[in-house]
Amino acid sequence: MADGIVLEKVELRLGTRDFRFDCALPAGAVTAVTGPSGSGKSTLLNLVAGFETPDRGRVVIAGDDATDKHPSERPVSLIFQDNNLFTHLDLFTNVGLGISPSLKLSAEDWKAISEALVRVGLGGFDKRMPGTLSGGERQRAAFARTLVRRKPVLLMDEPFAALDPGLRLSMANLLLDLHRETRNTVLIVTHDPDEVGRLAEHAVFIDHGRILLQAPAKEFLGRRDIPAIADFLSG
Amino acid sequence: MLTHAERRRGIACGLTSFLGIALFAGAPIAVLLSWDVESTQTRLFTAYTWRILRFTLWQAVLSTTLSIAFAIPVALALARRPHFPGRLWIVRLMALPMGLPVLIGALGLIGIWGRQGIINSLLLKLGLEQPVSIYGLSGILLAHVFFNMPLAARLLLAALERLPAEYWLLSAGLGMKPLSVFRFIEWPAVQRVIPGIAGLIFMLCATSFTLVLVLGGGPAATTLEVAIYQSLRFDFDPPRAIALAFLQIGMTALILLVVITLFPALDDAGATAGRSTRRFDGRTLPALFWDVLVILLATAFLILPLASIVTAGLGANLWSLVTSAAFLRAARTSFAIALAAGLLTILVSLAIVAAREAVADMKRPGRTAKGFSALLGGTSYLVLLVPPVVLGTGWFLMLRPLGDVARFAPALVAAINALMALPFVMRVLAPAIETHRKRTGRLSASLGISGLSRLGRIDLPVLAKPLLTAFSFAMALSLGDLGAVALFGSSDLTTLPWLVYSRLSSYRTNDADGLALILGIICLGLAMLGTAGQREAKHG
Repeated sequence: MADGIVLEKVELRLGTRDFRFDCALPAGAVTAVTGPSGSGKSTLLNLVAGFETPDRGRVVIAGDDATDKHPSERPVSLIFQDNNLFTHLDLFTNVGLGISPSLKLSAEDWKAISEALVRVGLGGFDKRMPGTLSGGERQRAAFARTLVRRKPVLLMDEPFAALDPGLRLSMANLLLDLHRETRNTVLIVTHDPDEVGRLAEHAVFIDHGRILLQAPAKEFLGRRDIPAIADFLSG
Repeated sequence: MLTHAERRRGIACGLTSFLGIALFAGAPIAVLLSWDVESTQTRLFTAYTWRILRFTLWQAVLSTTLSIAFAIPVALALARRPHFPGRLWIVRLMALPMGLPVLIGALGLIGIWGRQGIINSLLLKLGLEQPVSIYGLSGILLAHVFFNMPLAARLLLAALERLPAEYWLLSAGLGMKPLSVFRFIEWPAVQRVIPGIAGLIFMLCATSFTLVLVLGGGPAATTLEVAIYQSLRFDFDPPRAIALAFLQIGMTALILLVVITLFPALDDAGATAGRSTRRFDGRTLPALFWDVLVILLATAFLILPLASIVTAGLGANLWSLVTSAAFLRAARTSFAIALAAGLLTILVSLAIVAAREAVADMKRPGRTAKGFSALLGGTSYLVLLVPPVVLGTGWFLMLRPLGDVARFAPALVAAINALMALPFVMRVLAPAIETHRKRTGRLSASLGISGLSRLGRIDLPVLAKPLLTAFSFAMALSLGDLGAVALFGSSDLTTLPWLVYSRLSSYRTNDADGLALILGIICLGLAMLGTAGQREAKHG
């Protein structure tokens, strides 16, 4: 557990909303962060990513205190719902920026980038512009970038929410395949109970800025005793 | 999400810009305030200044009323006829006066409505003894309507086109007669935006300089701005100029306050080729006749002066004009000033945007930081408070003891032009940068792309277009401006508009016409370059 993600008595106030998170998320596993909309799922993710910093408490990622670190200094990769790619740059450059922000690439890096694109099913798309791709292909490219970054933690904010149901399924499979290869720690925000069952080993349920439940995903999906969770699961 | 260095840099840039602007606009006001206070005070409310203030406001009221009154039927007709032949070009034509240097427009109007113009010859033939006069109040009103009616019509049309298409289906289904359509659908839409449009046009007309200088100017038809200019340039009476300058600042402050607090912001998005709106009203013959008449009259009203500029300009010996030493010198001066003004505005705008971004990025900005951000946002508009002639007056008085004012004049004119362009440039750049940041800010931060790498790889490729738009617009504004250069213009400092104006004053109209055509083409070209970029940016 020591090299997972720990939010230690984290408190944060955004406008009129209060958040209080205290949790330890297991390393090397996929954890679903779930809850009704507006509950604070994305805020939890932003705290780990570094887009928000806590008023009180600590954020520890893989054993290192990351509380006051800039997003770029944290050992994480990110995939958002959209806008994961710079639309004016081709796929190769977009993926390459994940290795070096100034795009200083070695010969091995070049190879790694092309291989990553092949791995996510975008072989030969190196020179394509994001605008010419479908939504699913753009998310695949974002996956390729997380592959070359080799960070121990992958944070995803509703990465498949904008995709068709069928596509969501194949993307979930891709995510699980890659996770089995890299054994990274994955945090995925989702409001879809099916997706929790499909992807996650653990689940964190958030309501009104508080963590109501941390449990193995199977247990979470069976819980009907907490009204907020029962409401959520019954849709 | 910004790094500490980025945040510090942003605040520093904003602070520098703000201090620069405050100094540049504040110093001349301080000089005006301290200048010969007693004799200025006695000059503040004389019969003369009252008359000028009254005329300034009166002509602005009339100009605004007429512009909007004529714009309403034009907008209604264009909205009712989404498939009118050439409609797109007519709407584009209505954007032209905005980009046309005011002086050039005035020349075109004189060509049509002047003593020798086609309107008066027509009226004479019809047996009218007293032809329309292009000079004095009627001329000023005519010119203000020429420049502002199309602006109002475009904004009104945009408001009408924003109405949901279902409204027209519904009104047809309910069997509404034209009067009901107007009363229940068109008028409510139009009436919502009229206050904002009126405020804008009133402000433009109350501070109008060039048109009044060229078409009015006599004691009976002078606005504050022109009176300030005349007090300094012809009578050299600084106390009177200062007294007038204070009236001017007070008046614009009041108008600006009313406009900003009472009226909603304007949006001309949507004034385009007409979406696939289907209108079922106005199918009767008289309605069709009326709409066609209105559209044709409005088009002729706009196109005739423009055509007159072209034909009169082609009548001049363009080649010898372009190769003359006077033109080349003026062109060099104008371009140098416009280039400097354009670059300066862009830099200042970027600094302001960066500083506001840095404040917005703070987790809990203190009251100072918030106030600073709001102040920076307001600065670009406060600039409208202090008209160019007032700025020029202050700097003129300040620099005169230091020697020949003409030496400083080019830099001053460039700085004043830059300040004038600031609100427009900010309107283009600020939203573009904001959207870009929303799309790429978190991504860049998480990948650690910052500094030069971000500038070159992420920011410039996307922002090049709005930057170019803003830059070309600022250049066009500076190239066509007569207001700032009017005080300083001399044989030592001649810009293209000043050259046109002095040729006009010395009755070398042929030269003036030729130069006007050239300058008009340059400015319109630049302005069009700007709007083209803007349109694409909106879709992208």
